[in-house]
Amino acid sequence: MIIQVENPALEVHDMTVSYDRRPVLWGVDFSIPKGHLTCVLGPNGSGKTTLIKAIMDLVPKNSGYAKIFDQDIDDVRDKVSYIPQRGSVDWDFPASVMDVVLMGRYKKNNIFNRISRTDRINAEIALEKVGMKAFAKRQISQLSGGQQQRVFIARALAQEAEFYLMDEPFAGVDAATENAILNLLKEMKDEGKTILLIHHDIQTAYDYFDWFVFLNTRLIASGPKETVFSEKTLSDTYGGKLSLLTTVGELLKEKKLPVRE
Amino acid sequence: MENMLQFDIDAFWIILTGTLVAVSASLLGVFLILRKMSMIGDAISHAVLPGIVIAFLLTNSSSQIPMIIGASLVGVLATFLIESLHRKSKLQTDASIGIIFTFLFAVGIILVSQYTGQVDLDQECVLYGEIAFVPLDRWVTASGIDLGPRNIWTLGACCLAIIATIIIGYKGLYLTTFDQTFAASLGISTVAWHYTLMTGVSLTTVVSFESVGAILVVAFLIVPASTAYLLTDDLKIMLILAALIGFLSVLSGYYVAVYLDASIAACMALMSGVFFAIAFLFSPGYGIAFKGRRAKMGLQKDYSQQL
Repeated sequence: MIIQVENPALEVHDMTVSYDRRPVLWGVDFSIPKGHLTCVLGPNGSGKTTLIKAIMDLVPKNSGYAKIFDQDIDDVRDKVSYIPQRGSVDWDFPASVMDVVLMGRYKKNNIFNRISRTDRINAEIALEKVGMKAFAKRQISQLSGGQQQRVFIARALAQEAEFYLMDEPFAGVDAATENAILNLLKEMKDEGKTILLIHHDIQTAYDYFDWFVFLNTRLIASGPKETVFSEKTLSDTYGGKLSLLTTVGELLKEKKLPVRE
Repeated sequence: MENMLQFDIDAFWIILTGTLVAVSASLLGVFLILRKMSMIGDAISHAVLPGIVIAFLLTNSSSQIPMIIGASLVGVLATFLIESLHRKSKLQTDASIGIIFTFLFAVGIILVSQYTGQVDLDQECVLYGEIAFVPLDRWVTASGIDLGPRNIWTLGACCLAIIATIIIGYKGLYLTTFDQTFAASLGISTVAWHYTLMTGVSLTTVVSFESVGAILVVAFLIVPASTAYLLTDDLKIMLILAALIGFLSVLSGYYVAVYLDASIAACMALMSGVFFAIAFLFSPGYGIAFKGRRAKMGLQKDYSQQL
């Protein structure tokens, strides 16, 4: 089931991406509303990360397009923030927490300018929001996984964007960080920001987010939680192979969710 | 032996030449090792050889601007070929590097051996350089004013250009080195920064080959930067330290060479290795000598946090 929305924050149209002629995304077509927490669910290798990279135009597309706020990505980069997977960078890099967060203030048109006072103030505010202000001068090599993730989120907050794309912000973080990030996401949603993120845990996903995109190379379903989150969608997405599905089925029954056939 | 500590003007020119090479190479090396591209530096330094020889054959001179530019372009072309080969053929980067640079280097060696009689260039000089000859090749103006060794001017200009590029492009180099994907998501061209850096490496290799040769310049690209990496967690300090260690290697290397009556450039490279070994053993942050002490301090810190 695919629920399209009017005046969407993000519109992905007939998108196909392949690596070495092997399709990773095939004819993906959906839209998500403004001001929602949208979660992309799908098994490993289902093209979740590729979807976000293709939206940001970081990988070449075979066909289709993505529009954010009805504009091409290159025209709205200042309003869009991308948080890559934590493991995508070398955390032994000689940089302090503040150095990394300040990178959120870098823009195409200020790359040759010096870092301004406003940049520093914004970076400090962002660090405060993720509870890392005391760590500003700490070397990034000394951070725990959860702290690394908070730094990445602070860098995104420093961008002061309208639309956030997050690749697995909850992967390998401690419970305290998970809660802190979740509260922050809710706060951002209340401020009217739009967030699209990848999550790997089906059970918490149901509690945390309100709009879902189910992906397995092809789009399985897209829409509000109440409409698309069902045993059928999950088994279509995960192929019915995971033993986890039984637990999810039980979970759904326990919560007396409508199970669609 | 007795004139070992005697400071003459030739020693000054040789040390200055070495320092200019070491500073340019060490600064670029910092970015190369942080981008995990040390072998690209190695590749470029060898791949520029055919460019140098061809330019030599065409102009029959060593410090003409067109020659420097032409040879540098061959170096950048080499990195482009390495990447295309890696992307188009599924070959690992290290294999592509091995194919491209040995091929270009072999072409260079053949050209040198073919035309040795015709040009003022011999295999040994190209491979190992001869820094001791630097003071002999003077730049004398038409009116007869001696402006000092010619090589100093080209190396100096190159060094200044690299320092200026790093200062002006600091944010761009920093960002694209730390997080390519994020940089690209901001709309910043990672390719442009990559080739800026590669041009710098190429240029440095070309202008330094006469003094230190195609092989030893790799030592200056990689070793001082790696030493600095062991000593600090701050990129700015790492850049300054790398340049300083490069300078100290040159200075101490010169006197070691005088003492041993050995190749000056090789002794300079040797000393950079000695400095690396010292940092490896005794660095406060990473050195293996203080491992026990750090563990103890770490333990104490944990206790204090619990209290």
